[in-house]
Amino acid sequence: MQNLHSLLDGFAHVATPMNLLIALLGVTIGTAVGVLPGIGPAMTVALLLPVTYGMEPTQAFIMFAGIFYGGMYGGSTTSILLNTPGESSSVVTAIEGNKMAKAGRAAQALATAAIGSFVAGTIATLLLVVITPPVVRFAVSLGAPDYFALMLLSFVAVTSVLGASRIRGFASLLIGLVIGVVGIDRVTGQQRLTFGVPQLADGIDVVVVAVGIFAVGEALWIAAHLRRRPAEVIPVGRPWMGRDDWRRSWKPWLRGTAYGFPFGALPAGGAEIPTFLSYATEKKLSKHRDEFGRGAIEGVAGPEAANNASAAGTLVPMLAIGLPTNATAAVMLAAFEQYGIQPGPLLFERESGLVWTLIASLFVGNLLLLVLNLPLAPAWARLLRIPRPYLYAGILFFASMGAYAVNAQPFDLILLLVLGLLGFGLRRFGLPILPLIVGVILAPRAELQGRRALQLSGGEWHGLLGGWVSGLIYTTVLVVLFWPLVRRFVLRRRARMVTE
Amino acid sequence: MTGRPSRSDRDGGSPSRFPALSDIPIQPAPEPSDAVRAADAPRSAADASKPDRAQYVVCVFLALVGIMVVVDATQIGQAVSSTDPLGPRPVPILLGTLLMVVAVVYAVDVARGGVGEPEAGEDVDLATPVDWRTVLLLVAAFLTNAVLIEPLGWVISGTLLFWGTAFALGSRDHVRNLLIAVGLSLITFYTFAIGLGINLPAGVLRGIL
Repeated sequence: MQNLHSLLDGFAHVATPMNLLIALLGVTIGTAVGVLPGIGPAMTVALLLPVTYGMEPTQAFIMFAGIFYGGMYGGSTTSILLNTPGESSSVVTAIEGNKMAKAGRAAQALATAAIGSFVAGTIATLLLVVITPPVVRFAVSLGAPDYFALMLLSFVAVTSVLGASRIRGFASLLIGLVIGVVGIDRVTGQQRLTFGVPQLADGIDVVVVAVGIFAVGEALWIAAHLRRRPAEVIPVGRPWMGRDDWRRSWKPWLRGTAYGFPFGALPAGGAEIPTFLSYATEKKLSKHRDEFGRGAIEGVAGPEAANNASAAGTLVPMLAIGLPTNATAAVMLAAFEQYGIQPGPLLFERESGLVWTLIASLFVGNLLLLVLNLPLAPAWARLLRIPRPYLYAGILFFASMGAYAVNAQPFDLILLLVLGLLGFGLRRFGLPILPLIVGVILAPRAELQGRRALQLSGGEWHGLLGGWVSGLIYTTVLVVLFWPLVRRFVLRRRARMVTE
Repeated sequence: MTGRPSRSDRDGGSPSRFPALSDIPIQPAPEPSDAVRAADAPRSAADASKPDRAQYVVCVFLALVGIMVVVDATQIGQAVSSTDPLGPRPVPILLGTLLMVVAVVYAVDVARGGVGEPEAGEDVDLATPVDWRTVLLLVAAFLTNAVLIEPLGWVISGTLLFWGTAFALGSRDHVRNLLIAVGLSLITFYTFAIGLGINLPAGVLRGIL
């Protein structure tokens, strides 16, 4: 009941003309940037961070909510009209979405994506309102050993559950952790990995890392392999759906939401698994199974809803515990830190007004997105034709501006380039990017919590074990780590039984 | 992967990325030579049917970073107290050691034929080899901006950055590029630096803008 009250207060904050304008601006810029090829939601948020530097936190977060959903929707437009998704979460949307567009049903594909995103986003944000407070109450009762264990679980999850190669995931994670350790040790004041460079003493700013790895790395990588002739854009009119499309879409939207939200909220979240599950389910349940592979609307409606619901789901661990589970949440976390705000259980106590305003603006942004995108889709489609030299020159231009603006020092631009080259290397060798970003953000926190846990136990190692919560988490970590071994063992036994 | 035939080309090109990394003070001096040496062998042996041997460069890179982290950690004064029984050293030592372990396991994976798939995307054509000329031109434009942003100011350095990167990416309509570059720099300067109070230097144009 009290939450409802806080949420209504949040809506009251958003509902001033100025703040509504900011929300509209956020949604518009977010979609416009997200639509551009090569720019996924995480990069959209990272590139647009500097826009909010001059604002008050409340207004900045209202804008963020808009950018967040706008960037998500922009990405799905690209994958439907261009077929080559930049983001792993839109891979599934592209399968049927692009087939629909090629068959002259681009308008319906975009409509079911937009309306499905709205439905899923609204339901998922409601679930966020209901679920986050109990999670916060639980998180408040956790101690340093439990947090340390949670972060270890997060490390293991982003490297082992997502992505194709564990060893590449761990390599990426370790590079991120090392970047996160650079700077003055918060406890003892000793300099680590600074090599006497004064600008490194405060550590490497997470915003610079995110912009460098996402924006500069991506631009350099694409520049090295730039397609001579840009991919063909399918022209589109105003999105609309017929009665039959509605009938075929509404169930997939709801099922997609049901898949997306829980996966997003788990520490091993991400949108890949729920979107694939949703696609498989819709294919199985559809009465038009023969249309799958040739442009079935269910195959767009379900995964798009799952994608958006999972994005809202990732905000639960991000706000309540301070754990980012996907790249966009990681960049959002960096944005919070820019304002000196620490996400985690205390956030709801200390910055209650701010959090509820953010959640209220998620609802508002979602609605604005629907209102804005149905009429503006043809304009977004035209953005896809932007000449590629200008697009990637623009990305590097805004990335440099944003990175310089963080601390106003040219040194950060050099750092940005080095991180961009690192991002290039990650893309060249197929190392996943998410573990690196999560590593950079969580390294200082994990170390702090680990040391705090040891301090409580007077330096005895059992201090890391803590109570039953951390015990449970460590068990999960071990299961995830050794799952391939277990599975191989089981398979071998089964094979032996068959041969016998 | 369709990128297979082009791997040999990329093998040849990849080492030059690591010398670029070492331009900054974070990297220890001996690294580039090691990285190049490690990549030279596969370059001569590489052909279209061979696995992606340039991946060994990643292993060398990881191992060197690991060594660097451990060496740096041993030079930190260890300060242990009752409020902090661990001190600042163990975490970097652990991370450095793990990096070396991962480097070895990674090398074993590569030797067994493990391949990381290069990232695909809307505008990425993996059938072509890495275009190093474009990448180097972009890096040059980027560094120009980093060096000139404070003395000349964002409007001039940003113009050079946009114009230079557009040129590097193959746009040859110089007048239009310049107009867009000047326009973008001025618009961003006025909206962000003056409108939103974000730190962008005016440089030599102070008082004029």
